[in-house]
Amino acid sequence: MTTTDAAGTADATVSPMSDVAANAAVVLCCGSGGVGKTTTAAVIALEAARLGRRAVVVTIDPARRLADALGLDGLTNHPTEIDGPWPGTLAALMLDSEGTFNGLVAKYAGSEEQADKILTNRFYRNIVGALSGTQEYMATEKLYELSNEGQFDLIVVDTPPTRNALDFLDAPGRISRFLDHRLYRVVTAPTRGLVKAVNLAAQPFLRGVAKVVGGEVIADAIAFFAAFEGMEEGFKQRAKLVDVLLADAGTAFILVASPRRDTVIEAAFFADKLKEMGLGVRAVVVNRIYPQFAASGSVPDMTLSGDPSALDDQLRNLAELRAIATAERSHLAPLAERVTPAPLIEVPLLPFEVHDLDTLAALAGYVFER
Amino acid sequence: MDPAQFLTAPRVTIVAGKGGVGKTTVTATLAMAAARQGLRALIVEVEGKSGLPALFGRPQLGYDEVVLFSEAGPQGTGEVRARTLTPDEALIEYLRGHGLKRISKRLAESGALDMVATATPGIKDVLILGKVKQLARSGEADVVIVDAPAAGHAITFLSSADGLLNAVGTGPIEVQAREVKEMLTDASRCQVVLVTLAEETPVNELIETAYSLEDKVGIKLGPVVVNGIYPVLDGLSVDPDEAAAAAGVTLDPALAADLRAAAEFRIARGELQREQLERLGRELPLDQLRLPFIFRSDLGLDELGELSDALTAQIERRTDVGAAT
Repeated sequence: MTTTDAAGTADATVSPMSDVAANAAVVLCCGSGGVGKTTTAAVIALEAARLGRRAVVVTIDPARRLADALGLDGLTNHPTEIDGPWPGTLAALMLDSEGTFNGLVAKYAGSEEQADKILTNRFYRNIVGALSGTQEYMATEKLYELSNEGQFDLIVVDTPPTRNALDFLDAPGRISRFLDHRLYRVVTAPTRGLVKAVNLAAQPFLRGVAKVVGGEVIADAIAFFAAFEGMEEGFKQRAKLVDVLLADAGTAFILVASPRRDTVIEAAFFADKLKEMGLGVRAVVVNRIYPQFAASGSVPDMTLSGDPSALDDQLRNLAELRAIATAERSHLAPLAERVTPAPLIEVPLLPFEVHDLDTLAALAGYVFER
Repeated sequence: MDPAQFLTAPRVTIVAGKGGVGKTTVTATLAMAAARQGLRALIVEVEGKSGLPALFGRPQLGYDEVVLFSEAGPQGTGEVRARTLTPDEALIEYLRGHGLKRISKRLAESGALDMVATATPGIKDVLILGKVKQLARSGEADVVIVDAPAAGHAITFLSSADGLLNAVGTGPIEVQAREVKEMLTDASRCQVVLVTLAEETPVNELIETAYSLEDKVGIKLGPVVVNGIYPVLDGLSVDPDEAAAAAGVTLDPALAADLRAAAEFRIARGELQREQLERLGRELPLDQLRLPFIFRSDLGLDELGELSDALTAQIERRTDVGAAT
């Protein structure tokens, strides 16, 4: 990889993010909510298409922000191609977590009957809708599916807007652990199958649970675990393959942050965790940084004139904007140091909203340092 | 309008909004404004770690209440207290309070809560909201302000009682869910305050969330808080060189250039904010409270004071507006 390091000693004309758009096979945009992950993901995929690659961007966001950004209504769970003036192709899809999970069940079920039993089970419906991490898990599953199909040169994933960005990486493991749950083992061993379900429900452990939430819940859960029997290995194998893909050299983690103190702290924490997992951050993109307006020296104190004047307003505005720009940069300095040698790319707060292809292109100028 | 009355009717205010819009800041501001009216405000955090204690210069919160701020004023001593609520602790506490102490211990030790929570979606949220209900009823605080999960999750959070009532037929949890639903749909007890920035995407999401909450939860929507509004500086429309000449000074050209660029930037961003405020007003017929942008990146007690003053001033002005129409 060619990079431009923090000191600005360029060893090539290719900026780090351009290198990612040109050469990575998978890009994961991670970060806390509201920092511009979706927009950043769109900009990267768009750049790859501009470079003649076949790119797809996977978004999870229920608010359909990417659809907004690309002027698309109604993305589906399958890639939809977006027409535009680029030599490559650009497609987008919005993750349907439930549909993806159903597909996975159908794939690993031994028979259609087994699949049906699971898909119609109330406990399963609840897992699909509510188990924390399901959405994250399905995002990685979708990534794996797209990667396996080989239709795209670059898959950009806009990770779910969880409060804790780490949930995303932990998701497949959490599902595996869930399948190792005590109740599952109780149901499947030593005597197998639904036959024992009635007796099982009489166990003190389950009776306790039933007292709190009612007996049907337990019956549904037992039926689910019984129906799931034999499929758990398939799921665990799949989770392992996803881990391999995430650790591949062609996979780039892009950390997206805002210059606010709390998101910077979270980004630094996430960078450390990635490092611990041996994954590493390729670049940090910090969106919406206040411009510095610092071509001249310090703002002179001319405000003692008494009467408020237009000049007072002018000076006050410059001082205010500079103060916040300076504070933001002081937050970012430790993050930049922490992620070295990965570069920290500053994207300024722009005097317009980024919501269509033209404004995305303007944003790209900063992300790819043109 | 009397700010004390405004801030305590209803007693429970749930603050919700998309990530990054300043939900926690608004939560703290509402609490601070209440404290300055001599009221006792209790903030409830539901998502674990947050920036809330840092705003008051305090370490992270725990399950036990801590006093974040206290001030004696003309209306008596007001205070801001805060605590976090976690579903596990709320469940154990709930079961203990309902004569199921032994079960609670077993559930906790076996890790069965995870299974229960999976089997019955929304149970964690209902337990938390049930605890909020209990806190509000105890009368230990004049106002309970809940810092809710981010927007999409807020809808799930607040519709948890309905979901649970569909899934669970009997048992203590069902009773809890029914009582939570009663609280959420009672406008005299509970409201949601939605927070946004005056920017396109957050405004879109706020409008969507507002309509979903009304349809799916039937909860009262209080005023919308629009955070981070640039204060207007009239002098920015004058060219810096002319402004200097009017003040009898001349500017260094580099300074004039910076002033000009900074003014153009603020005017452009301010214009975007005005457009979005107008659009929000058109598309969502709710009152707006506007908080000024604070040009410091670390907010602390002083800044919370500024924000709460701005909020209180607007609430007071609402009397005049209301009386005039």
